Amino acid sequence: MYQEVILDHYKNPHGRGLRDGDAEVHHVNPTCGDEITLRVRYDGDRIEDVSYDGQGCSISQASASVLNELLVGKELSEARSIQEKFLELMQSRGQLEPDEHMEDLLEDAVAFAGVSKYPARVKCALLSWMAWKDATAKAFSGEEATAQALGTTEADSAKEKTA
Amino acid sequence: MTQLPGLLDTEAIRKDFPILERQVHDGHRLVYLDNAATSQKPTQVLDALADYYEKHNANVHRGVHVLAEEATALYEGARDKVAAFINAPSRDEVIFTKNASESLNLVANMLGWADEPYRVERDTEIVITEMEHHSNIVPWQLLSQRTGAKLKWFGLTDEGRLDLAGIEELITEQTKVVALTLVSNIMGTFNPVEDIVRRAQEVGALVVVDASQAAPHMVLDVQALQADFVAFTGHKMCGPTGIGVLWGRQELLNDLPPFLGGGEMIETVTMHSSTYAPAPHKFEAGTPPVAQAVGLGAAVDYLSAIGMDRIHQHEQALTQYAVRRLGEIPDLRIIGPATAEDRGATISFTLGDIHPHDVGQVLDEQGIAVRVGHHCARPVCLRYGIPATTRASFYLYSTPAEVDALADGLEHVRNFFA
Repeated sequence: MYQEVILDHYKNPHGRGLRDGDAEVHHVNPTCGDEITLRVRYDGDRIEDVSYDGQGCSISQASASVLNELLVGKELSEARSIQEKFLELMQSRGQLEPDEHMEDLLEDAVAFAGVSKYPARVKCALLSWMAWKDATAKAFSGEEATAQALGTTEADSAKEKTA
Repeated sequence: MTQLPGLLDTEAIRKDFPILERQVHDGHRLVYLDNAATSQKPTQVLDALADYYEKHNANVHRGVHVLAEEATALYEGARDKVAAFINAPSRDEVIFTKNASESLNLVANMLGWADEPYRVERDTEIVITEMEHHSNIVPWQLLSQRTGAKLKWFGLTDEGRLDLAGIEELITEQTKVVALTLVSNIMGTFNPVEDIVRRAQEVGALVVVDASQAAPHMVLDVQALQADFVAFTGHKMCGPTGIGVLWGRQELLNDLPPFLGGGEMIETVTMHSSTYAPAPHKFEAGTPPVAQAVGLGAAVDYLSAIGMDRIHQHEQALTQYAVRRLGEIPDLRIIGPATAEDRGATISFTLGDIHPHDVGQVLDEQGIAVRVGHHCARPVCLRYGIPATTRASFYLYSTPAEVDALADGLEHVRNFFA
């Protein structure tokens, strides 16, 4: 479960610290008390920055670092497919063997495949990703978006609005 | 192997617990240090459960056939065993519940529906402590919210003990009930119940003791304790899950109203109203957990044969050793009493800034089972400014070698995340 890649990200996190953003969210994982405050900054549909601060276990902290490394600079549509693929991997209960396509798409995030075998830890790995999704919805639809309304349709309509 | 004075013959005892032979994660011998969550079960208890279902299973009471009579005798026999185990003056003071949470909820509801002088209502007070398990907090919060009674609590000292400094202001003439744990499930602290009972008696308040972490580990004498209610659960003391106990003083059980209504708790029923059976059956509505009670009876036999005082001595010796070994680990901070005095064999700690979930997971990879999180005592974590702890808890089958395995495992954790 603790791949070298994960430990590297935990010990030397990418992009940690809060910087200016278009929207901020605070997410908590009540089972182990992991917390993250995350901000997103967009330039049109391009992710300019994902900054974050928080505390918690190595899995949640490393996952936020991987997210920053993977998503900054990407177009929203691509970032969304990465997020969805990561979600699929984390919900696979260890049954999914990452293929070449997945490895290309997820890069370092593939290292979390082993975490999906531990139901208690999946939430730790997903914490920052859910926060990013939430913050993105908030950034694009301003006041209208709520933490609950996060499905693909909302993200789609948010995208149309800015297009 | 480390020899400590007071240890039990764990080599012999461990033969009674087949699960302790298990290997996990590619050949690591299981080191089970999660006994405060639940204990393992000896074959004597497992056999009693199987024997009950294979030979005697029937619903209890009112049956005229052989099996019903046998099942009833076994169920009521378990009550006799538990009554003797806690030195209850009468077997009728022992109520079987599903677990300690249900026992505590039962008391809270008895008092909420009671007549004077026991009734908890507006302008009365409930006193608990900051180190309670959630199951001795939430029922009182519910009672407070539903009745308007004020909820107050004892705070904690930096050393993980109850702060009794304000006892006279906390327990007052308005106080109807004081509920506290005998042994903390997160810090292992032994609480000075006698001081609190004395003050409660001065003002006429009832005392409810949560003995879930005491009954498995030491002599529990409800008469010596002088409380009014004592709650504990079977599965932490070598018994099965699904069986708990509420002991209450006879006169209180006679006076207080039932909570759950149903079969077995009645005397007569008409379409307009009912009268109730005497205690304990008044508080045992529905088909009870018969097999589980029988299993608990077997557990009580098992523990009594070894001797609760000897089990206590064994754990004291182990605690002393564990506190010393853990104290040698850099960055390890014990949450709760840092010495072995007046504490049980449950030790919570933090390890530098390594998150307890990481500590627990890396220990698990070495076959060491501990618990991580807030241990259903979140206010304790808030009090000490930590999100969670790692908790190691020992029992009668635990050995000094397992303490060593934990200490070595923690060194490995430190290096792993360094």
